[in-house]
Amino acid sequence: MKDMTPETEITLDDAIKFLWSEADILDRNDFDAWLPLWHGGHYIIPIGDEVTDFANNLNIVYDDAQMRKARAARLSGGFSISAAPPARTVRTLSRFVFTEEAPGAVTIRSALHVIEDKFGRQRMFAANVEHKLIATENGIRITQKVVRLLNSDGMLTSISYLF
Amino acid sequence: MTLDHFPQGPQDASYAPLVKGDRVATPMYEDPAIFDVEMEKIFGKTWVWVGHESEVPDKGNFKLSVVGTQPVIISHDRKGALHVLVNRCRHRAATVCEIKKGKTSSFQCPYHGWGYALDGSLRGVPYTEGYNTDFDKKDYGLKKLKVETYQGMIFASFNMDVEPLEDFLGNAKPWIDLFMKQGGGFPVKTLGEHQFKVPMNWKIQLENTTDAYHFPVVHKSFMQSLDGEATQQFSFLEDDDGWVEDLGNGHSVMVMMPELNDLDDNLDAPIPERFQALAETLRADYDEDQVRRIVRAVGGCGFNLNLFPNAACSLSFFRILRPVSVNETEIRHIALGMDGGPEAANQMRMRLHEHFQGPMGFGSPDDAEVWERVQRGSAGGGDLDVMVNRGKGLEETSENGLPKGDISAETGMRAAYAKWQEMMA
Repeated sequence: MKDMTPETEITLDDAIKFLWSEADILDRNDFDAWLPLWHGGHYIIPIGDEVTDFANNLNIVYDDAQMRKARAARLSGGFSISAAPPARTVRTLSRFVFTEEAPGAVTIRSALHVIEDKFGRQRMFAANVEHKLIATENGIRITQKVVRLLNSDGMLTSISYLF
Repeated sequence: MTLDHFPQGPQDASYAPLVKGDRVATPMYEDPAIFDVEMEKIFGKTWVWVGHESEVPDKGNFKLSVVGTQPVIISHDRKGALHVLVNRCRHRAATVCEIKKGKTSSFQCPYHGWGYALDGSLRGVPYTEGYNTDFDKKDYGLKKLKVETYQGMIFASFNMDVEPLEDFLGNAKPWIDLFMKQGGGFPVKTLGEHQFKVPMNWKIQLENTTDAYHFPVVHKSFMQSLDGEATQQFSFLEDDDGWVEDLGNGHSVMVMMPELNDLDDNLDAPIPERFQALAETLRADYDEDQVRRIVRAVGGCGFNLNLFPNAACSLSFFRILRPVSVNETEIRHIALGMDGGPEAANQMRMRLHEHFQGPMGFGSPDDAEVWERVQRGSAGGGDLDVMVNRGKGLEETSENGLPKGDISAETGMRAAYAKWQEMMA
């Protein structure tokens, strides 16, 4: 990562490399590496495609920094039967589009496919993902991540990893 | 061969003996023929929870639901009456609605354009001249179920001779009344829902709602995520003041935190640490009595009420099960809040719901994992029984004259299976 300041332009190439690195971290369930990618903000999996007022709606996930930390502890602590071991996942992230650009801050939308494997069965999820990213002296950081599962208001399954 | 030995089809078999009081036979989780009979004799006969009035609050509102495996529409007509209609055109069976929830003046079949009013009556048939003169629209309304409500909860039955809903709910009614106090002085309304399916038989979920025994084992990681006071609250298995009570008709209640049974009581008790910031916010708009009432309601009740065969009033939400097949069940966790109540209070209720419930909650995925493990395990040892004998022989008799066990007793499961046995006879 090149030297950054809060004013450094984040190029599409910078953003894609960052998101692929995050995807790799999540497939490896390396939550110790995932938590520091954040700079405040919320990790959100809303219900329904239209919702933008997340605080006043029921979400599947609505995590501030404290809840993200608790979630990571739950998933890696060894005391959660669904996460010990979790389903294994392989994900791809593609179709990257900048939807907002400002000095040192971008919003990037992408397509996410995740396949999980457990108990000899595989399940598939698709989502539109929106990251708000900022440039900091420590590199790119996430200030908001919204994962819109294609079937978020339908029947899902239990999930013990992160999108 | 005499008639006495004439072979019987599955619809003639009685599965009642598979329930053996304190244990049940494994095929009850595994045999598709039993599932089919359950849909007919249980879900086709008794009252089934289909929705809450706040989901269809206004005239013209509708919502899709299911009774057993059958798709239905809950519809609120122009005169204010609620209807539950089978979502199937009387002509060639296409669904007449595929929008999950909304507002309309009619339902129109997309195939040949038959149009139905909100009460299900057939109003329009394109090109009627193609039907003989004896064709009468009055004979072809959407199939209707019997509908009754209690405390805002809408129940429907395919059985027009079913007993009155209030008789069916019986001893569960006072517990429903207590449950609805979590409106904190406002009407209770739904705030959205989490939905997930689990590869398990529906009765594995039915059992779980009054199973305190699993809590400290399965939900250890949830407990670890709580502050000290909340941990104390959820350590009900360590306390000796909780209980599980058979309420008759297959219903049961598991009381985990008796001090939270009646949310109008103990309003002078200190506000728990995790609710103090909320209380401070509310003080700007409400007097101290109201603040205490709302804050106490935000945390939910202290019990799980299991309503046979598909609903539960669980601490602070509705837990609804929908059997899909012998080894597939869909679960809905419907969040509840205060209609017209303070935004901050409803936000906190939603955050508490998200914390435990749903596909990615800190609790439900671990429940789903062990339920799937039950289904996977019951593929083996089909001659072995599933034991629901915990607490048997140690029970007292309740005020209702029914068994009452300690908090970890499997009394609620035995109550549900006794009703199952009666209905499957």
